Amino acid sequence: MPAIIFIHSGGKTSGGKTDRIDVSDGESAMQAATRHGLDGILAECGGNAMCATCHVYVDDGWLARLPAMADDEDALLDGAAAERTANSRLSCQIKITPELDGLVLRLPERQV
Amino acid sequence: MSAASSASTGGPPAIPHLDVDPFAVAFFADPFPTHDVLRDAGAVVYLDRWNVYGVARYAEVHAVLNDPETFCSSRGVGLSDFKKEKPWRPPSLILEADPPAHTRTRAVLSRVLSPTVMKQVRDRFAAAAEERVDVLLGKRSFDAIADLAEAYPLSIFPDALGLRPEGREHLIPYASLVFNAFGPPNQLRQEAIERSAPHQAYIAEQCQRENLAPGGFGACIHARVDEGEITATEAPLLVRSLLSAGLDTTVNGIGAAVYCLARFPDQWQRLRDDPTLARNAFEEAVRFESPVQTFFRTTTREVEIGGARIGEGEKVLMFLGAANRDPRRWDKPDTYDITRRTSGHVGFGSGIHMCVGQLVARLEGEVMLSALVRRIAKIEITGEPKRRFNNTLRGLDSLPVTITPA
Repeated sequence: MPAIIFIHSGGKTSGGKTDRIDVSDGESAMQAATRHGLDGILAECGGNAMCATCHVYVDDGWLARLPAMADDEDALLDGAAAERTANSRLSCQIKITPELDGLVLRLPERQV
Repeated sequence: MSAASSASTGGPPAIPHLDVDPFAVAFFADPFPTHDVLRDAGAVVYLDRWNVYGVARYAEVHAVLNDPETFCSSRGVGLSDFKKEKPWRPPSLILEADPPAHTRTRAVLSRVLSPTVMKQVRDRFAAAAEERVDVLLGKRSFDAIADLAEAYPLSIFPDALGLRPEGREHLIPYASLVFNAFGPPNQLRQEAIERSAPHQAYIAEQCQRENLAPGGFGACIHARVDEGEITATEAPLLVRSLLSAGLDTTVNGIGAAVYCLARFPDQWQRLRDDPTLARNAFEEAVRFESPVQTFFRTTTREVEIGGARIGEGEKVLMFLGAANRDPRRWDKPDTYDITRRTSGHVGFGSGIHMCVGQLVARLEGEVMLSALVRRIAKIEITGEPKRRFNNTLRGLDSLPVTITPA
């Protein structure tokens, strides 16, 4: 079972905290995060690529290994609450495969 | 309400037949015991009253919503099958459409109501919520439906759309008509359609380009015609979608949230302690009350779901409200908990047809609840709440309350 790592942003209580989360077959990074009750991923639309509240920053070393971004994801990221960077992705659009075992995702300061 | 019989449909498991009428006033008054019956009877049930299949458990409702190829929308998302009956109005280009036709119109509305656009209107919506609370603090005792749940969206949404000031009194009756019309040919639907001519005429007029103020959502839809994304005949029908689905739904959503917070003072206190929970308190109210209770799909082929076999061309009624309280999916589903992780609820639907205006609804709900909770110490219900009956929408007609300033 692949696992991925979420690094929390520099908030008061959780700054720099790391969560390692197991991902079941076929799950997205967002689904795994919400299933584990991870703070920092809201996913208001439930993974339908409509809300931009599961924004993450992909760690540099992993960015090129992710599937390409679709147009709707690209457009939604422009509306994300936290700053958009070259590392921004929506975690609902990152389906976790065995090759992504160990993926590192940083959480933005806020999702709304 | 009981499982009247379990007709053998050849090959197990038999689909239980129920004599439930999910469009009766008695059901609307208290749907929850019947939701239990529907969920417990089986993954798929058959409702003899209207000759339709029903799904009320979360897993099957979610599965139907997310398989638009098998469970299509173009044959109508109400009981009426557009392949067999003439729709009461020209079908919606987004709600009552399947891919690939749906994909293009959906993209247009997604962009008009995107997170980026919500950032732009946020301050305006929040200021209007503050103004509304000023008015309510002046009154102290008022009807939380008319003076709050209706008054607030009416103070911003028609302007955000770019509607003219005249004739706005048609907006809520029109929306009520649209949602009643998804139901069966019962009294609610018949009466709504019989009285619909003036409302329909008003709506048709407002959807035209020249009647929509520059910069509003309506004008933004028409601007996509110039980009070649939609045709000049499609644009008014897409504006109509916002007029049909953008107002009464948020009225019921905000009404549900206020009703929940007034009924459960511990949750109100929790929100006072942490007003950043306002957004989730609204979201949880959408799960808990499910302002949009049901929608239909039509099968495009024979399909097996939840172990049951359904033939081609059958209507399937999805009980969104029952799915949102399915104990198979939710911990303590009948508890309103503003800290609950609500992600995945189907109050806004799911899949490609998931509510395109969900971001507007959440924004309205969030700014309204946060304005209320920062300035009001207590909300008390002072009279019997009255329910408003509609074939699709769940909400109140009146909710007398008294507030105490913070």
